[in-house]
Amino acid sequence: MNTSFIIPKFRLPSFIASVGEKLPQWPHAMVLVTALNTALKLKFLPENELTALNGKSFRVHIRDTGGEAFFTYRNGLFRPLFSRSESPDLSFSAYLSAYLQLMARQEDPDTLFFSRELEVTGDTELGLLVKNLLDSIEWPNLPRLKLGKSI
Amino acid sequence: MKLPDLICPAGSLPALKAAVDNGADAVYLGFKNDTNARNFAGLNFDQKAMTEGVRYAHAKGCEILLAINTFAQAGRVADWHKSVDAAVDQGVDAIILADVGLLDYASQRHPQQRLHLSVQGSATSYEAVNFCQREFGIKRAVLPRVLTLAQVEQVIKNTTVEIEVFGFGSLCVMNEGRCWLSSYACGESPNTVGACSPAKYVKWDKKPGVMETRLNGILIDRFGDEEPAGYPTLCKGRFEVEGDTYYALEEPTSLNVLPILPEIIKIGVRAIKVEGRQRSPAYVTQVTRTLRAALDSLKNGAASYQVKPAWQAELSKVSEGSQATLGAYNRPWR
Repeated sequence: MNTSFIIPKFRLPSFIASVGEKLPQWPHAMVLVTALNTALKLKFLPENELTALNGKSFRVHIRDTGGEAFFTYRNGLFRPLFSRSESPDLSFSAYLSAYLQLMARQEDPDTLFFSRELEVTGDTELGLLVKNLLDSIEWPNLPRLKLGKSI
Repeated sequence: MKLPDLICPAGSLPALKAAVDNGADAVYLGFKNDTNARNFAGLNFDQKAMTEGVRYAHAKGCEILLAINTFAQAGRVADWHKSVDAAVDQGVDAIILADVGLLDYASQRHPQQRLHLSVQGSATSYEAVNFCQREFGIKRAVLPRVLTLAQVEQVIKNTTVEIEVFGFGSLCVMNEGRCWLSSYACGESPNTVGACSPAKYVKWDKKPGVMETRLNGILIDRFGDEEPAGYPTLCKGRFEVEGDTYYALEEPTSLNVLPILPEIIKIGVRAIKVEGRQRSPAYVTQVTRTLRAALDSLKNGAASYQVKPAWQAELSKVSEGSQATLGAYNRPWR
């Protein structure tokens, strides 16, 4: 096997979260929403299946940076929410390394859930739908990340 | 040594491709409806994805097995018949069925189509397997995970039907095809809606230092922050029994047959199945390539077979409850 990059499990030092929590959170939502809308525009996301997300509010929380993003999906676009929602429809909370491993398809969300690295609260069925939508996307021309050691 | 086929799960096209590319001999999947027992939101294949999946697998010499493994519901039998017809149209290599009525329909309507008896068909004896062969012409049966290795061998010795067993994946109470625990809590179960503990009934409540799992409002477990979690099913809940709170039915755990792989092959098992159509492409990649490596190491005989620590590490990482067992295979009692 080749020797492509593996994202290790890591934790950022705790002071980062204590600083991060005090910073304004809207830039996170802007970045995430821009990325999602770009994926939409490039037709990576199955638009007809996204209708189930219409009007729902989401929170993505990164435990070790203290960052969190609130956003919604409405009328075919992801939109940032600038006020902190106390009870979003769906909330994900995980360490940065877990999110990176998920994005690279290096780890399975259920695995991260079993090991308590990923938490899903709120509407569980909506969470399952989002997970399965992400799993069903065929990302074109992604650099092939190697999944663990050669066996 | 003749190796058994490695049968891997796919709930999406990327998962199917991961299985094919990492050495599965066959991939099993389901339509996006309640005719299969992993009927979860956003999972499974519509006709278009199925066509592409069949094309991709066949181009690489891999088989497609289509699971229609729930029981046709009263008044809606036509939906299950349509799925059987659609599977035949898609050119799948075999249809995996549990319902005797559907086995009858498929064998009458499509006599050329290869049929497998699903684990949900709950055939634990060679008499049951041979009955399905005589009546419906099944070519293979998937045995429930309740049999010891000796019992599996006994079935194999007394049938010409190919026998498939589970090799890896989450375990439950394994009363397969007959379990109504989910219905007890939610009024819905795999046999009726194609899902155990459907997600709409599941609630994870996060409180400081503890996470509570509720199924249709019933508290079924409570985890400390670092404690491994399992799927939110009744059988894996912790309950108070005579003053003790513990996993009274089943601990969250996964089956892993690597330590007894040579014995499984020796008794003549024709195919080894991996559980997990609900899991992601990453899981399918990890498990498929690990079992492929283990099986391939047996090509030249079992004498030098050794379970590599790297295989076990890879499999234990993705296991539910982060632990693995040999399940019923090595159980001393019967």
